[in-house]
Amino acid sequence: MLTFLVFFPVLAAIVVVTLPRDQERNAKWMALAVTGAVFVVSLVLFGLFDRGEEGLQFTERFRWIRAPEAGFDIQYFLGIDGLGLTMVILTGFLFVVAVLVSWGVELRPREYFAWILALETGVLGVFTAQDLILFFLFWEVELLPMYLLISIWGTGRKEYSAMKFVLFTLVGSALMLVGFLVLGFAAGTFDMQELSRMEITGTAIPLPAVFLLIFAGFAIKLPIFPLHTWLPDAHTDAPTAVSVILAGVLLKMGGYGMIRILVGILPDTAQDYAVWLASLAAVSIIYGAIVTLRQTDLKRLIAYSSVSHMGYVLLGISAMGEVGLTGATLQMFSHGVITGLLFVTVGMIYDRAHTRNIDELSGLAHVTPIIATTMIIAGLASLGLPAMSGFVAEIMVFLGTMDRFEAPTIIGVVGIVLTAGYILWMVQRVMFGPRNERWAALPDATAWWEQAPMAAMLAVILAVGIYPARLVEIIDQAIQPIASRLG
Amino acid sequence: MLQDLDRIGPELILMVVAGCILLTDLVLRERDRGWLPFGALVGLAASVIWTVVLIQRDREGVAFSGAYSLDTFSIFFQFLFVGVAGLVVLASVESVRRLRYQGEFWALLLLATSGMMLLAGARDLILIFIALELTSISQYVLVGFLKDDRGTEAALKYILMGAIATAVILYGMAFVFGLTGTTNLLAPDGTPIIATLDSGARAGVIAAMVLLAAGFSFKVGLVPFQMWVPDIYEGAATPVAAFLSVGSKAAGFVVILRIFYEGFGADSFVGSDWSNLFAALAAVSMTVGNVMALLQTNIKRLLGYSSIAQAGNLAIGVAAIAASDGGLALGASGVTFFLAAYVFTNLGAFFAVLAISHRLGSDTIADYAGMGRRAPLLAVVLALCFISLTGIPPTVGFVAKVYIFNAAVQSDLVWLVIVGALNTALSAYYYLRVVSHMYLADAPVEGDIRPSPWLAVSLAITGLGVLVFGIVPTPLIDAAERAAGVFG
Repeated sequence: MLTFLVFFPVLAAIVVVTLPRDQERNAKWMALAVTGAVFVVSLVLFGLFDRGEEGLQFTERFRWIRAPEAGFDIQYFLGIDGLGLTMVILTGFLFVVAVLVSWGVELRPREYFAWILALETGVLGVFTAQDLILFFLFWEVELLPMYLLISIWGTGRKEYSAMKFVLFTLVGSALMLVGFLVLGFAAGTFDMQELSRMEITGTAIPLPAVFLLIFAGFAIKLPIFPLHTWLPDAHTDAPTAVSVILAGVLLKMGGYGMIRILVGILPDTAQDYAVWLASLAAVSIIYGAIVTLRQTDLKRLIAYSSVSHMGYVLLGISAMGEVGLTGATLQMFSHGVITGLLFVTVGMIYDRAHTRNIDELSGLAHVTPIIATTMIIAGLASLGLPAMSGFVAEIMVFLGTMDRFEAPTIIGVVGIVLTAGYILWMVQRVMFGPRNERWAALPDATAWWEQAPMAAMLAVILAVGIYPARLVEIIDQAIQPIASRLG
Repeated sequence: MLQDLDRIGPELILMVVAGCILLTDLVLRERDRGWLPFGALVGLAASVIWTVVLIQRDREGVAFSGAYSLDTFSIFFQFLFVGVAGLVVLASVESVRRLRYQGEFWALLLLATSGMMLLAGARDLILIFIALELTSISQYVLVGFLKDDRGTEAALKYILMGAIATAVILYGMAFVFGLTGTTNLLAPDGTPIIATLDSGARAGVIAAMVLLAAGFSFKVGLVPFQMWVPDIYEGAATPVAAFLSVGSKAAGFVVILRIFYEGFGADSFVGSDWSNLFAALAAVSMTVGNVMALLQTNIKRLLGYSSIAQAGNLAIGVAAIAASDGGLALGASGVTFFLAAYVFTNLGAFFAVLAISHRLGSDTIADYAGMGRRAPLLAVVLALCFISLTGIPPTVGFVAKVYIFNAAVQSDLVWLVIVGALNTALSAYYYLRVVSHMYLADAPVEGDIRPSPWLAVSLAITGLGVLVFGIVPTPLIDAAERAAGVFG
């Protein structure tokens, strides 16, 4: 089932790209069907998932590369626990959204949707792989589709941004690979489950160095200050759908990796360096928020706010406890949907007004009430208004870290105030303010493919905000064993 | 003596066929010369069949009093070299038709191939030298085959520098002979010949080691002996450059493995010395190759510098062999696997370049704009090969890179792996730039580019190889490990 889930999109991508030219228009329908099917499967998994049972479920494994004497035994090993499941559902959901917001793509649609589908395979693979090398493989698979999606269908300095994205990721993943190989050699296996059960000793370089190598890879992806500079560029120049995926899912690969691999496999080292993680998190939160305040480009603004919000993920992780880790995971899920929605609305504004400059926009609430309302609700969710998913996640993060790292937690709370500042200020400048004749004729979001994703995302934000228990239980199933090893 | 002749049958066949091609070329009319490449293909096929028969009759073993060894390692590379030659023949059928001396081209190609095959089995310094010269001299002539200014300059450069490298190698061999009194790489009891010396001979052994490493670094294009690579790739006809880039490199690394792993030994008192030497060469080659490649505007020069960087990657595997106690066969199998991966990848890239520049009449990267539309198949193969050279999945280059890095980590060469891994990121810049150029930019001129059917076949084989062995690498890894099992 997981194999189907992971590889169905890329197989479909091959079909999509070979569609005859006169059926180009059907590419988006096929992409919608495929991402829809993946989402349905992920929901089925959610339904079948047994919360009472510890460990991985729906596992599939066989030996992929067999070279035991060479210490190069790599398994094809897929499986999910509550953590992976949460991310898989998020991925399934946001890719449907991404296809819908791309409905208007006219430039080479076959290739566009094929790359989106190929990307989905890479992301789902990362969240389900249980072998370090397989994980790394999927981690790298995502590069090429992203590079092409940004550099062909993007705007502005798209080639520069796409290349920057690739180079940052590759540097990070290169270091990460070294860390994986050192770990794998010392332990004699690349199996993530086995690794997380054993005490790893006798590595070629000291464990903290291994930790640092792997952390570098994830920190670039998350991203953490000062490794974040690729993110605003990539977001700004990427097409809307890719921004949604980038913010919604790809950044989460970093947080997921930290929880699963750094905390899961190297709990003691992680424990030792927790205070550094907390400090980095605090710097990211505050730095991200302050820089966000000064942005005049809507997409850059939301991109920088992601840096700040991902700081909360790291903060939650740094607590090294059940509540904090659960909060971090929930924050990843919630940020994925909220920021995805913000990017959707910004994309709609840009499609209509052809500008994202906050100074030029004004009074949009009068002409495009649907977009405006959605954006305001998403903004409120983003600043952590109760009854929405962001609130629950951030509260859990703070509860988790308060006992342990007081100062970073307080900084984090200050960050929320700043968030409120930049979100409300942005909404006020763009949506309210004097009516601008230049924008009087902007059409609102009336097409079904525009309204459906917005409505669905709002529903998810509210559902998780009002009744988080179901999701928290699932997440907890995976976090509990990890937290118990932290001791 | 004579009863051992069948063991070098595959090589002899190629030499005989090369001679036959030369003779028939004399009597053939101009328009019938198009049949010559099929003669070459038949020769290659016969050579493969001979090898298969040898395997089935269990004729593996040492021949000519230890000078030649037919073992899994040499068999692996015989298949590889014949495969390379076969693909190059297919790919160059069309472009050779325009040449005046067609018979000579095919004959030289076969002679160079047989030289490489001999090298794979050679265990004696004299045989190594003869096989090396057979290969090199054929290649010198092939490089100058176009007889235009660039080609002639390249050939002259190649001959001069190659001659110096040969002299250096000979000097190194003389040291080995002087110290040990034999030209065999192995002592009669099977220990490495250098290991039979006592460490008092250290100074002489180090001199021999440095000289041999320098000479062979030239052959495989390791920095600081790389100067000829980009010029020759640019000046030579593209099929010849393709042949050189994989054949010459693979042959060079085969000899390096034979001489250093078998002759000098991983456990001997100089084991860690040659390991350090190759680690340094690897780090410098990767970095210099990649940095220089960033600046290139000509696709063949770019491939030239990229091949220098790839030679650095391969040297990581060589360094890994003797870095840890007891020697690590994993390093040798890493090099073997990487070479096989490299053959598919680099040949594919060169063939695509061949087809495109053949039509464009230009090697400038800027002219590759819009190739994604003009030549979809070629662009896909070229993109796939560049992704594989970068080491991004799902290609064979990814597996090769992880495999060789893994070997180095097991030898505690973590610093070298970090250098190599960061170089991967560096190389992505210039490889992906070409890919994006093909798919992003609009074509200045319209008009579809279609490769000839023969070229299309060889492109398809290399492209599929890159992809299939990237997804199912186990058979190739098994073969590489069995081949490297000969050592240690």
